[in-house]
Amino acid sequence: MLKQIRSAIVMLLLLTLLTGVVYPLAVTGIAQALFPHEANGSLVLRGGQAVGSALIGQPFDDPKYFWGRPSATAPMAYNAAASSGSNLGPLNPALLENVKSRLAALRAADPGNTSPVPADLVTASGSGLDPHISPAAAEYQVERVARLRGMEPAAVRKMVHAHTQRRGLHVLGEPGVNVLELNLALDGR
Amino acid sequence: MTTNGFIQLCLYMGVLLLCVKPLGAYMARVYEGRGVGIDRLLGPVERAIYRLCGVKPEQEMGWKAYAVAMLLFNFAGLALVYGLQRLQASLPMNPARMASITPDSSFNTAVSFATNTNWQGYGGETTMSYLTQMVGLTTQNFVSAAAGMAVMAALIRGFARRNAAAIGNFWADLTRTTLYILLPMSLIFAVVLVSQGVVQTLGPYATVTLVQPTTYDTPKLDKDGNAVKDDKGNAVTEKTALTQQTIAVGPTASQIAIKQLGTNGGGFFNTNSAHPLENPTPLSNFLEVLAILLIPAALCYTFGKMVGDTRQGWAVLAVMTLIFVGFLGVCVWAEQSGNPGIAALGVDQTAADARPQAVQSGGNMEGKEVRFGVVNSALWATATTAASNGSVNAMHDSFTPLGGMVPMLLMQLGEVIFGGVGSGLYGMLLFAIVTVFIAGLMVGRTPEYLGKKIEAYEMKMASLGILIPCAVVLVGTAVAVVMPEGVSSVYNPGPHGFSEILYAYSSAGNNNGSAFAGLSANTPFYNLTLGVAMLMGRYWVKIAALAIAGSLAAKKIIPTGAGTLPTHTPLFIATLTGVVLIVAALTFIPALALGPIVEHLMMTR
Repeated sequence: MLKQIRSAIVMLLLLTLLTGVVYPLAVTGIAQALFPHEANGSLVLRGGQAVGSALIGQPFDDPKYFWGRPSATAPMAYNAAASSGSNLGPLNPALLENVKSRLAALRAADPGNTSPVPADLVTASGSGLDPHISPAAAEYQVERVARLRGMEPAAVRKMVHAHTQRRGLHVLGEPGVNVLELNLALDGR
Repeated sequence: MTTNGFIQLCLYMGVLLLCVKPLGAYMARVYEGRGVGIDRLLGPVERAIYRLCGVKPEQEMGWKAYAVAMLLFNFAGLALVYGLQRLQASLPMNPARMASITPDSSFNTAVSFATNTNWQGYGGETTMSYLTQMVGLTTQNFVSAAAGMAVMAALIRGFARRNAAAIGNFWADLTRTTLYILLPMSLIFAVVLVSQGVVQTLGPYATVTLVQPTTYDTPKLDKDGNAVKDDKGNAVTEKTALTQQTIAVGPTASQIAIKQLGTNGGGFFNTNSAHPLENPTPLSNFLEVLAILLIPAALCYTFGKMVGDTRQGWAVLAVMTLIFVGFLGVCVWAEQSGNPGIAALGVDQTAADARPQAVQSGGNMEGKEVRFGVVNSALWATATTAASNGSVNAMHDSFTPLGGMVPMLLMQLGEVIFGGVGSGLYGMLLFAIVTVFIAGLMVGRTPEYLGKKIEAYEMKMASLGILIPCAVVLVGTAVAVVMPEGVSSVYNPGPHGFSEILYAYSSAGNNNGSAFAGLSANTPFYNLTLGVAMLMGRYWVKIAALAIAGSLAAKKIIPTGAGTLPTHTPLFIATLTGVVLIVAALTFIPALALGPIVEHLMMTR
């Protein structure tokens, strides 16, 4: 028994060294050498300053920007240091109240727009950090952004198209418009 | 469902099944102690480990010695993870200055990772230092998976051997699994994940300047730090300016790779693989969800190969696949149907795939990510609970009632539909033993499986292995719903609140680890009861499986005769499927009726 206990402890220490120290450090070394941009959070630079991560959404509520998914992180939306979904059940009255107030905000920002609102624009994402909206959700906002920026809708549509991430290998996942990159492009025009 | 959605599901099943034979054959070579190619590189490491541990790999163990070694090793790991968390604040590699963790939460997490459950009562990026994540949690991701696969290998040897006293050497099985299966696969997978955008750094959290500065509401505090209330007693809020965003990073990819491959499921970040830095692209999502079922599916072939009849392995795989596809269909349908309450507000939940400008996945998008959409979220939810993985790429608590019942019921089946690495297959073989027994009763013959006579001892152990997790789930839920400490953690009102508790004990008792995460489970009550549920669900089944292995190994092989029930035929596949489903249905339908079923009726009223 004592011999087994010794084997157990030494085995644990050796496997800890191998899988808990050598392995993650080896992956870190390879990652930093081959993919430094991705390994450090895919940061987006503007004028030498980091203004976000291409993979992490940011809060936008100014109508001249495209708005992203609602975010349920606390204490502020898009808190990338504490990811969280809403965890509201489908029949929770709070969920329906949230959707109602998001619909009202969208309508108030764009009173003439009577098209139905795509589901992803009024429901909170799983991570609270979703960088994408669906192409339909972007299309819903194109006229508003074009009007407030004095642009042709066709020009805005073109930029939306340019910042749409296609399906992986043309089949996998769903297409998504990267809201941060699109808004940066609109600002930098 | 769109055509594309259907194609994605077919592609997933196709790639998974194509991997079964090559990977399964490779793993059989590992457990038979034969050359596997990379042993030329890692052989010296393997031999050095044995030497330092004072282990003779060729010296085989009986089932009791094997079980003792496994328990000692797991207990040592549990103690190490507990200690790392308790002392975290005074240990290095803690750039975000995380505090040490409370005793009850440390206990829960240590049990959770040692039992391959990876239930998480904490939020990773707000709780754990890099040292705890790497040395404590990543290590347990490897060795808890390896321990499960070792027990599986021992049970297979029990079937394959005759008149034998020993079922293998635990230390050798553990070391060879880690070195030759889990480590090389994880290393390659981790680097691929980084190429997609999963972070891997030891640097501190990144801070960036927001493109649009904004404000957010915070509760107004008086000078004593108490919340200020207005005349009506409502809390007063004030606007706080927000100009920066802090982005949590860390050594993530190395942990995500093994978390998916080893059916662990414990995420680096709070929202697990819904987090864009843990699962950034549709391709990373495909590979991560493939990794969930990869080893459990391939082990079926390993089993067939090692007992000398690959048809036996394919038959077991067929049962798993049949049940999986059925449940997957229900989940995708329920989630794609959306939420009638939201539709009534004028929101468009229809899937559209034709005009490029109108593309959306539609359906119930609360708690889901756009890049995955409804189909990939439902696929993940089904795979992660069929296997005892428990990682998520969407929030199960926000699923529709029937969409959320699918993962719950898959866990309640006992985590045998693919199941955990190793544990899924030994769980399914317990069901196979029960099935040949029932079939034997029907025709009045002594039951046998793979040439071994199934007698009272094996039946007792198989029944215990199947019924103990069921009892843990139901008793745990019953206790929690009558205790104020249990009910006060519930987040959603109505039957959904009951579902949160039932889900928690289903997850812990079957070592899954996913959650209806609205439940505030980081309380002493839940940390302790769920911790005990995880221990019982893991070790009582494991010990039962090892006991059967020992008993079978000692038996002789009886030649097949006219009265033998062949166990590779469609008839056996159908019977085994029926037994798995009926046991779960009889045990859990009354409880499910109080949760998701009544909630579905309320939603469609």
